[in-house]
Amino acid sequence: MMSSVPNKQGRFGAYGGRYVPETLMPALLELEQEYARVKKDRSFQSELAYYLKHYVGRPTSLYFAQRLTKRLGGAKVYLKREDLCHTGAHKINNAIGQGLLAKRMKKPRIIAETGAGQHGVATATVAAMFGLQCEVYMGTEDMQRQALNVFRMRLLGSTVTGVDAGSRTLKDAISEAMRDWTTNIRTTHYILGSVLGAHPYPMMIRDFQSIIGREARRQILAAEGRLPDCLIACVGGGSNAIGLFHAFIKDKKVKMIGVEAGGMGVASGKHAARFAGGKPGVLQGTMTYLLQGEDGQVNLTHSVSAGLDYAAIGPEHSYLRDQGRAEYTSVTDDEAMAAFDILAREEGIMPALESAHAIAHTMKVAPRMKKSQILVVNLSGRGDKDVQQIANMRGITL
Amino acid sequence: MTSKLDRTFAQLRQHGEKALITYVMAGDPSLQDTEQLVVELEKAGADIIELGVPFSDPIADGPVIQQAAERALRSGASLRAILSMIARLRAKTQIPLVLMAYYNTIHAFGPERFFQEAAQAGVDGLILPDMPPDEAGPLKGPAAAAGLPLIFLLAPTSTSARRTFVARQSQGFVYYVSLTGITGAKLLNLADVEKNVGKIRKVTKLPVAVGFGVATPEDAAKVAAIADGVIVGSAIVKQIAAYREKPEMVKHVAEFVRSLKTAMRMAQPKSG
Repeated sequence: MMSSVPNKQGRFGAYGGRYVPETLMPALLELEQEYARVKKDRSFQSELAYYLKHYVGRPTSLYFAQRLTKRLGGAKVYLKREDLCHTGAHKINNAIGQGLLAKRMKKPRIIAETGAGQHGVATATVAAMFGLQCEVYMGTEDMQRQALNVFRMRLLGSTVTGVDAGSRTLKDAISEAMRDWTTNIRTTHYILGSVLGAHPYPMMIRDFQSIIGREARRQILAAEGRLPDCLIACVGGGSNAIGLFHAFIKDKKVKMIGVEAGGMGVASGKHAARFAGGKPGVLQGTMTYLLQGEDGQVNLTHSVSAGLDYAAIGPEHSYLRDQGRAEYTSVTDDEAMAAFDILAREEGIMPALESAHAIAHTMKVAPRMKKSQILVVNLSGRGDKDVQQIANMRGITL
Repeated sequence: MTSKLDRTFAQLRQHGEKALITYVMAGDPSLQDTEQLVVELEKAGADIIELGVPFSDPIADGPVIQQAAERALRSGASLRAILSMIARLRAKTQIPLVLMAYYNTIHAFGPERFFQEAAQAGVDGLILPDMPPDEAGPLKGPAAAAGLPLIFLLAPTSTSARRTFVARQSQGFVYYVSLTGITGAKLLNLADVEKNVGKIRKVTKLPVAVGFGVATPEDAAKVAAIADGVIVGSAIVKQIAAYREKPEMVKHVAEFVRSLKTAMRMAQPKSG
């Protein structure tokens, strides 16, 4: 039997914790206390609910993908449409929650890291709406492949700061944001974008994202009168996946599958499949599965999708996998690209390249399931941001 | 049990001196250079040497030390190779050597094996910038068995409860981070440092060493008047970086260290 995680030390079994410089410890303890307070505070919760409904546009629909289902010839496929959230991805659920928290803590400045740019855009949006100063750190490699999102953040009034260290992707952006936070801790709240980092972040962000699964559970019961057989979500840090899974964890018959970025194939070494190629270690505040070399240096990762291109996975996913409660797999860049095209043409929905990984795995699993079975796939974001990159990859100049 | 660090601080105190703790990144630009630097920095007046273990993602470090870590990794400096270098050094010098390592490098090595091999090689203490004592429980047994002090850090943001908690967990000395920021930032407020060092002294008898932001002989002299130890890192690493391709690199860095120690001695009123 699984107990409720994390414990008071922020541990999900052997994973999680708080591996940070002392300078950050008091701020993490303060954040933990403040979060525990607002979790029980009705006025905070109703304010959060207000913004989620009227600003984000929740509840997002649970859409039966009829043509995709027919094409795959197996289980009924439902898409949880997080792509319909304001700013185009689930990231805003967390950004709103933490933005409200920053206001409560009277921090006039917020910072964030971003990979694909979705969390950066969500944070820049929330900062504009709440009147907070905002700086977003982004690897220069990601800035290139997600140029549109960089411009969107700037239009929203945020500063985007390029990070030209290491692999120049999400990992390096997080390190730089942590350094900024260490330096400006008295005035600044760090809105981390995924279920990563030191306690209480993985727990708090899971809670803010768990609305995805709470809605989906209610919606599938209304539509089908029963729970789904399987849930599928892509996993970078893993916030959209944990957001979908959380409300179903006690429903033992509901299978949960997380899809990591297989890049050019796990055998090539150019991927971000932490469970296939990694082992437990500590990166950026948390103990979890990590792609690393023999002497603990963190490996460079590769994925066509900037949002999945990260060397570690959220600690709760490591725990769910050890417990056998969720299983994890990966699909390649090519499979994700093919899934993008199929969803666009069958359903008129362009998924984010991250979410296309979940679709690609759905295409493998659904045909092997019975027509009476039900799959719920988290469509975590929309693909508009990826159009330029896809054109480039196909040698098309727009 | 008294450690070599305890004895070093006690001896310095007898002579009315403060400890100059110099940081170099092991393997920057090569382990041979580091080996030579340790010997020459001791001669130039360093009392304790902190050896950085390079890590790919050093969240507590500014650009100077990040780039040093990248150079060290390119030169092939692994924790294993660093321990071998230390074992070789022990034929030449007995200066206290403290490793500063991000936890993942120790975790990957295997904590139990690490403490045994580090003690055997001649390491005198360990600083883990990303592991507060709250997380260090599993290391205490193996560290104690190997007789290796775990040195913890306090920061300007530490609350009074944490000051007591962290100072009591620390061994060898307490590392006070002089500013809210990363290594290599500019030292801003000496009055603040003095106030906080005073507060730390109320909760521990351990020596207090101050690091982050100490860049010049003037800074070193001022901090020496306040604390038991002065830690200089980025300023030294900057010199190594600037001279790394020149034959006089070691000599140049040693000169800089000599100027730090001289300034600290001049500032120190002779006692006893």
